Amino acid sequence: MKRKLLSIFTALICVLSCLSLAGCGKKNKSQVYFLNFKPESASVYEELAKKYKEETGVTVKVVTAAANNYEQTLKSEIAKSDAPTIFQVNGPVGYAAWDDYCLDIKDSKLYSYLTDKSLAITEDGGVYAIPYVVEGYGIIYNDAIMKKYFALGNKKSKLTSADEIDSFDKLKTVVEDMTAHAKELGIKGVFASTSLSSGEDWRWQTHLLNVPLYYEMSEMGEELDPSLSLLDAKEISYKYSKNFENLFDLYINNSVTAKTLLGSKSVADSMAEFATGQAAMVQNGNWAWSQISGVDGNVVKENDIKMLPLYTGVEGEKGQGICIGTENYFAINKNADEEQQKASLAFLEWLFSSETGKRYVTEKLNFITPFSTFTEDELPNDPLAKEISRYMKDDSIKNIPWTFTAFPSDTYKKEVGSALLDYVQGDKKWEYVRKTIKDTWKSERD
Amino acid sequence: MNNPAKRYFPIFVMPTLIAFLIAFAVPFALGLFLSFTEFRTVSDAEFVGLQNYIRAFTDDTDFLSSLWFTVKFAVMSVISINVFAFLLALMLTRTVPGTKFFRTVFFMPNLIGGIVLGYIWQVIINGVLYRFGYSITSNSVFGYWGLIVLMNWQMIGYMMIIYIAGIQNIPTDIMEAARVDGAGSLTTLFRITIPSVMPSITICLFLTITNSFKLFDQNLALTAGAPGKRTQMVALDIYNTFYSRTGYEGVGQAKAVVFFLIVAVIALAQLRFTRSKEVES
Repeated sequence: MKRKLLSIFTALICVLSCLSLAGCGKKNKSQVYFLNFKPESASVYEELAKKYKEETGVTVKVVTAAANNYEQTLKSEIAKSDAPTIFQVNGPVGYAAWDDYCLDIKDSKLYSYLTDKSLAITEDGGVYAIPYVVEGYGIIYNDAIMKKYFALGNKKSKLTSADEIDSFDKLKTVVEDMTAHAKELGIKGVFASTSLSSGEDWRWQTHLLNVPLYYEMSEMGEELDPSLSLLDAKEISYKYSKNFENLFDLYINNSVTAKTLLGSKSVADSMAEFATGQAAMVQNGNWAWSQISGVDGNVVKENDIKMLPLYTGVEGEKGQGICIGTENYFAINKNADEEQQKASLAFLEWLFSSETGKRYVTEKLNFITPFSTFTEDELPNDPLAKEISRYMKDDSIKNIPWTFTAFPSDTYKKEVGSALLDYVQGDKKWEYVRKTIKDTWKSERD
Repeated sequence: MNNPAKRYFPIFVMPTLIAFLIAFAVPFALGLFLSFTEFRTVSDAEFVGLQNYIRAFTDDTDFLSSLWFTVKFAVMSVISINVFAFLLALMLTRTVPGTKFFRTVFFMPNLIGGIVLGYIWQVIINGVLYRFGYSITSNSVFGYWGLIVLMNWQMIGYMMIIYIAGIQNIPTDIMEAARVDGAGSLTTLFRITIPSVMPSITICLFLTITNSFKLFDQNLALTAGAPGKRTQMVALDIYNTFYSRTGYEGVGQAKAVVFFLIVAVIALAQLRFTRSKEVES
């Protein structure tokens, strides 16, 4: 009998220790739990959490999802008892997936900081997600190589400097002539590799596709926000297919890498090619600065880095700007305790309005924010961010908003990406890409 | 109560049983339940009946085409792995110096994780194909054979160890008797060795079949389904359905249940078949 008691007792201890391990999470629920989207900023956020703890005594738990894994991580984290209190949605489509979890933050200070209130995601008078960073992308070029080209005696183009390029035709002439003179210019190709390996094709299936679809949508509703009319579109006509092809073909025909090998290239590869001077141009955005400056053997000088708009040969594209927008919106978890929600908002407000927070945002995170708490000179210092603000300030230029936040789903982008790969490798014709872009839109929207 | 098995049940079986319930039985039941619901996170499920199962087959052909690719892959890799592993085991059970060293060498790839292996082989295969102006995603044939080579490299060592154990267990008197009776090496192989290692063959076939069907990390790292999903296996398709499409979580779950049933039926049929061939020595 004694033995039996003993054995039951031991078993009980086993069970209890299991349960207490599982129970831990509940007792130590974090006050603020921030699920970070940007792996490149993970260490900065952790530093910030430490600073915030020193100043206010509130613990901020920062968890960073691996690149391209945010949705997966969020899906599993938010079902836990210790769920993220601050998370991120990537625009209206992202919001539609997470609307049950987004708190109305209309009365928060953070919303009042927002300079352009239309940027926030709203529904029925409530405000559910607030953008925190404005980014831009275009064709980044190395002006040192461009100057070398324009100094050539036997060049075909009549232009004298890269900033005179204001249409697709001019860009094409320059690029093709540069390819012909590649040896003299010391480059392997004009454009860095059009990376098409899996997960590395977002620069084309999302960013480049933005341009033709923006033009289509801006014709549909004249004064409407293009991304909103795109959000309602059950179908697209995709009439600017030819323009997508124009620029895409220019990329792959004047590339550092042969077409058949593009399927194995990553974004990091092409940024390295640009940074080491093998290529003169690369399509990317201001977030890529760290990838350019961080490459070993970097030969590109900071003040040689400039940005051109994505010209695709649409009629009247003169005066077109770069693509500026955001897909980074903060949302507060509706299912968190009220206390946690308040603490989370307080943390974000501290981040974007206190001296310490703002210093981190401009100097370490390199964010151009849409908030009024930042003054004119509180801007990040890298050359690409400067280019973005140059385009934003120039009133003679019409920048293209990010309409891809209204693309139907991740699967849509993936399908477009694999169609592009098939096209590049010669398995399929451009017509197939056009059909995929148009038809998958319809099937994914349903 | 004097039965020691019963008395010590709580100490010896309880911890494992609890772990089994938490880590296997509960998730399995939950997964089965979720396949009949529409949900975004596991805590907000809504019952929709068989709809997910219908959608798994009708919304697109991804599931069927990846299933077909998986079958083609599994047949090829199961045959090649077992043939090579058995030949290696035969060679390394002879009394030749260095067998222990080679056993270790052949076993080692099995200790490396699938993702790492996938990337290593991607670099190797691309390195070769680059010379001819191709990369592994140029054609689905490259991806198919790449996966088979990779799977062989990883699994052969493990299966070899199991076969070696089987071969070493064959009583020497049978072998000697065969030799005295004048059996040649081929006759010995087919009449004595193979029937005697039938239990090893059962287990090796089981392991290779289930592993080939469930292959995920290697597939993800080597090709991730490119080009155009033509090298996408079922596990990867389920993962993509679940995670990269909003509103498809339940469908992904339904595909997973169907997939489980297919693998279970095939594996059980194989076990039954090879068990019936086992002999008592």
